[in-house]
Amino acid sequence: MDFQAVIESLPRYGEPLLVTVGVTVASAALALVLAFGLGLMTGSRHLAVRTPARVFVEFFRGSSVVVQLFWFAFAMPVVLGIQFDYLIVAGIIALGFNYGAYSSEVVRGAIAAVPKGQLEAATALNLTPLQKLRLVVLPQAWPEMIPSLCAFAIMLLKASALVSVIGVLDITWLAGLLGKQPGQDRLLHYAVVLVIYFVLAWLIWTGMRALERRAKRGLGIEAKVQKGRLAPAVAAGGVD
Amino acid sequence: MQTGWSNETLREIFPAIWDGFIVVLQVTLVAGIIAIVVGLLVAIGERNGPAWLRRPLSLVFQFIRNTPLLVQVLIVWTATSLYINPDWSAFAVGSTVLGLHYASYTSESYRAGIDAIPKGQWEAATALNLPSHRVWGAIVLPQMARRSAAAVGNWIIAMFKEVPTLFIIGVMEMIAEARAFQGQHYTGAVEGYTLAGLLFLAASYPVAVAMRRLENRLAKSNF
Repeated sequence: MDFQAVIESLPRYGEPLLVTVGVTVASAALALVLAFGLGLMTGSRHLAVRTPARVFVEFFRGSSVVVQLFWFAFAMPVVLGIQFDYLIVAGIIALGFNYGAYSSEVVRGAIAAVPKGQLEAATALNLTPLQKLRLVVLPQAWPEMIPSLCAFAIMLLKASALVSVIGVLDITWLAGLLGKQPGQDRLLHYAVVLVIYFVLAWLIWTGMRALERRAKRGLGIEAKVQKGRLAPAVAAGGVD
Repeated sequence: MQTGWSNETLREIFPAIWDGFIVVLQVTLVAGIIAIVVGLLVAIGERNGPAWLRRPLSLVFQFIRNTPLLVQVLIVWTATSLYINPDWSAFAVGSTVLGLHYASYTSESYRAGIDAIPKGQWEAATALNLPSHRVWGAIVLPQMARRSAAAVGNWIIAMFKEVPTLFIIGVMEMIAEARAFQGQHYTGAVEGYTLAGLLFLAASYPVAVAMRRLENRLAKSNF
């Protein structure tokens, strides 16, 4: 195994790494916005609000993210006439929509789990619906969402490797390219990329733990100390 | 360049996509069995295995769980086809990697199921001086199965929808079929990918609903 050639080509991973991180962050932001929008809508009492959101969620959860990626990149420009200048946008939309649909269930579940007495008290205090949401419901639901959202963020990071197959130049793509060059070891390049993803996943997990502790401290709850393992906190039904 | 939806192309591409769908089901069956069995072995091994095995096992599966399936498939396929045995099929290698990837998830669901068993059950088993295989076979596993069934089922559905990742090593599932069709006919992207998405939806939605029912029923039943 030729370590020297791999070590010398490590600086070339710099720019693709920015692409991987950029795709992950951008689609996570899109997913988060969608998750809250859809989560509030699917939890609504009104059928007219609930139904379209439900259809959107089931549609994007039910059809595979890989297929969606190809659909947004190669079918949508033809059918809808929407053409992106950069395929990376199609990738971000596909990942954001898919994980937004998944995460909306987390948001809906956490909001539904806020004790009823809290809502009754808010009504008794004559808070408007928006005040109720902003001052009573979300501050209590948010810490409960963080572990599951963290699990989805890590799954999103992993899924971001798929954008390499529609032609976005991320680290997975670079490993494939460099690995084919003479004097390079393809296995070592893929191994390097795996380690990079693992470190990124660990960073997301560590960041989320800190966020959860802070959010819970704000409510006067001590976060449960979890042993140092990167485990999916997705409850049953979170992914289906 | 294709200009729009064509029913003609849809009719032509349907048999190819359907073949791909059958391959997806076959991969799901093989990988599903691996995920269900290996996940259980890992969960038991991490809890009751020999001490020297527990930590490495847990680390290896944490690594698998937190790195992309796509790269895992590529690295294993490179290793087998270049260095180990070029005769191993993409189907076999792909299904195994997919199964092991999801074993890293199912093992967590099993672990949660085992952790949820009241401590008194273990103590009673010890008090009765049951041998270890009876403790697991008669007491722990039956209780764990009910708690973990829905979660493991959900992981299998998620796995089913990730099968198309294997197109990268040449497993002829729906994406690979759609791409092959485009290579020959210079059309079919719209119809192929749309059809693939709809087939996934049609197959996974009823199962997902059934899983939710099962989950609710098990949650309500007193155990």
